[in-house]
Amino acid sequence: MEFVMCAVIGFLFFAAVYLMLSRNVLRIILGTAILSHGAHLLILTMGGLGGEKPPVLQDGVKNAMMADPLPQALILTAIVISFGVTALLLVIGYRTYQTAKTDKIDDLKEDEFHE
Amino acid sequence: MNSAVFPIIVPLFFAILLMFAPTQRVYQKIVATIGILSTLSMSVFVLQKVHTDGAQVVTFGSWQAPFGITMVADSISTLFVTAASLVTLFIIWYSFTAIDREREGNYYYAVVLLMLVGVNGAFTTGDLFNLFVFFEVFLMASYLLSVLGGTKQQLKESLKYMFINVFASALFVIGVAMLYAVVGTLNMADISVRVTQLEQPAIVTAISVVLFIVFAFKAALFPFFFWLPSAYSAPPIPIMALFGALLTKVGVYSILRTYTLLFPLDTTFTHTLLMILGIATMVVGCIGALASWNVVKIIIYNIFIAVGLLIYSISLFNEESFAGMLYYTVHDMLIKAALFLLVGLLVYVTGTQQLRQMGGILTRYPTFAWTFFIAILCIAGIPPFSGFIGKMLIVKGGFASGHIAGSIWVLFSSLIVLWSMIRIFIYAFWSKEGRFETVPKPTYVKMLVPTVTLVALCVAYGIFSSVVWPYVQDGAKLLMDPTLYSQFVLKGVK
Amino acid sequence: MNQNNVILNTLTYVVFFMIFLFSIHIFLAGHFAPGGGFVGGLLMASGLLLLYVTFDLETVRKMLPINYSILVAIGLLFALGTASIGLVAGDAFFTHYFNHFQLPLLGDSELHTAMLFDTGVYLVVVGVTMMIIESIGGDQ
Repeated sequence: MEFVMCAVIGFLFFAAVYLMLSRNVLRIILGTAILSHGAHLLILTMGGLGGEKPPVLQDGVKNAMMADPLPQALILTAIVISFGVTALLLVIGYRTYQTAKTDKIDDLKEDEFHE
Repeated sequence: MNSAVFPIIVPLFFAILLMFAPTQRVYQKIVATIGILSTLSMSVFVLQKVHTDGAQVVTFGSWQAPFGITMVADSISTLFVTAASLVTLFIIWYSFTAIDREREGNYYYAVVLLMLVGVNGAFTTGDLFNLFVFFEVFLMASYLLSVLGGTKQQLKESLKYMFINVFASALFVIGVAMLYAVVGTLNMADISVRVTQLEQPAIVTAISVVLFIVFAFKAALFPFFFWLPSAYSAPPIPIMALFGALLTKVGVYSILRTYTLLFPLDTTFTHTLLMILGIATMVVGCIGALASWNVVKIIIYNIFIAVGLLIYSISLFNEESFAGMLYYTVHDMLIKAALFLLVGLLVYVTGTQQLRQMGGILTRYPTFAWTFFIAILCIAGIPPFSGFIGKMLIVKGGFASGHIAGSIWVLFSSLIVLWSMIRIFIYAFWSKEGRFETVPKPTYVKMLVPTVTLVALCVAYGIFSSVVWPYVQDGAKLLMDPTLYSQFVLKGVK
Repeated sequence: MNQNNVILNTLTYVVFFMIFLFSIHIFLAGHFAPGGGFVGGLLMASGLLLLYVTFDLETVRKMLPINYSILVAIGLLFALGTASIGLVAGDAFFTHYFNHFQLPLLGDSELHTAMLFDTGVYLVVVGVTMMIIESIGGDQ
């Protein structure tokens, strides 16, 4: 199972890097979103995949039989943060497109250079 | 017990209050002032408490130390928290006149306080993942601040700034995940105990480099500095001052914490890396500061020189250099904010950022000119002023651990700082009459008063350095002995 | 309001309330079962988004005159206030309290201060999502 997860994470990173290296602002934003998904899956895998252990304590389940809750808490936090950042990126990307009339990252270079 | 969290929740509370009536300008100013003043008094209170009673540790939700999220106010973090709150106080005061009405009506003060929440939280936290969360809090606030107003320049720059930081944050999560897999905990004190018991220290060194890249992005260290000059020069001056004074220092603080506490294993490799990159950052800053004719850019490149110096002093790893580093960080927060405010005034009275178009300010605005001159002496480290003591300690520490060439380069770089700043003084203040805007006198005075006060504070920080010295010494002792930190955090835990 | 899209219009009248109730259900289920303030808030926001898709911005603003930034502020106040109960009670920051209560109609129920915190999360998520949607969708 860990091996499959590693392959999935690797593929997500590959897709994210590919998207982030393109010139289109929207693709870069999607790339960062996919990169953070890969990172979240990495936390899940690195925390140890629980198998069939129950995720939350229930009656009749001993502490030692429970899955490690910390990676879940970390992922939830990280997902919320990446949700917020991606939404803000989309807003700013859209506003930039409106103001600068371009969605090519090459055209967003700094205007004035030093003399 | 709970005093460690006060400098974080007080600004948060006032930021929430500010969100209720964004367009009431008087309400905004009054609440922002009360908020920042109470934050500052809280942090001074915690600083005093830490000095008398020892470090304040609180673990959220009454969980035991390695399981819950720990907040640790020790002498290093409270010193930085106090300096950050102090700098924010002056920037808010300056913003009353320098920020336009449109930005004021769009949650400007609320976002500034939220950024302080993130910065203070990042200084105080004792948990690696929580550090990531507070990084995101102040980054989110900094995205909003850099885009506030929505000019074309700002939108372009903040988009790129966000891309860089989102990428760095993803790396942070990856580093944290790998560290969790290796040591099985994220509490910094617990990690510092467990890494020493590992059988394979090499993997921790590899992870330390991943985390180092993240912090180097934030601190704008040598190979990762490219985003900073353009990103920082887009927003208006008070926001620039806030970024320049605080954000890079959070990166430096994180490197300081992680490299003294979490990764002290393979110091010959990691600290050589820190030293080389620190010196390279100083070189970049010197070249940029001398090559630029834009006054704002000159100050921005001076940030690099300070960051490089601080990283160099971390790499020396002895008590003297750590004391110098702590002292110099606080000095640098104050003086960088003061310089940005001064440059803001300079741009305001001349209406241009180009040094070649300025001139003759000394005759028209003598008070401003001499304040600027004193600030130059402060940042260059001329003896009675505050930069001197920090640099002297760092250089002494460098000589003590046998890094002669690096320490001589530090001395040489302060000459270049002096040169780059004196260049502004000669061209803008001395030479024949250049461009001037017609400036209403009351506005000029309102912007001058906070600036002069901040410069006076910098001077006082140098002259009365014996007041802060005990706190700095406590901090340096703590950095030299990481077991102290884990002792007071994990108190009562086997 | 888009008169031509009869199916969407008719469905929205029904589906919106279903989404709304389901989001409340998910929110309340959160303590012992999967769910919680974040998911519930996102569901609620998607329900509101459905209204925006069906009717135009002006109509929805007339129907629900909510200032979303104030909603965010109230949510944050809830969250901060819940976390600060520990400060007043002399425990560590963020300490939560719970107990069983005999409530009329509901019988024996467990009440937890984490619920108040989640209420804050719910409001913040709805508010932030709607603020973002309004700031993009406000054009044209």
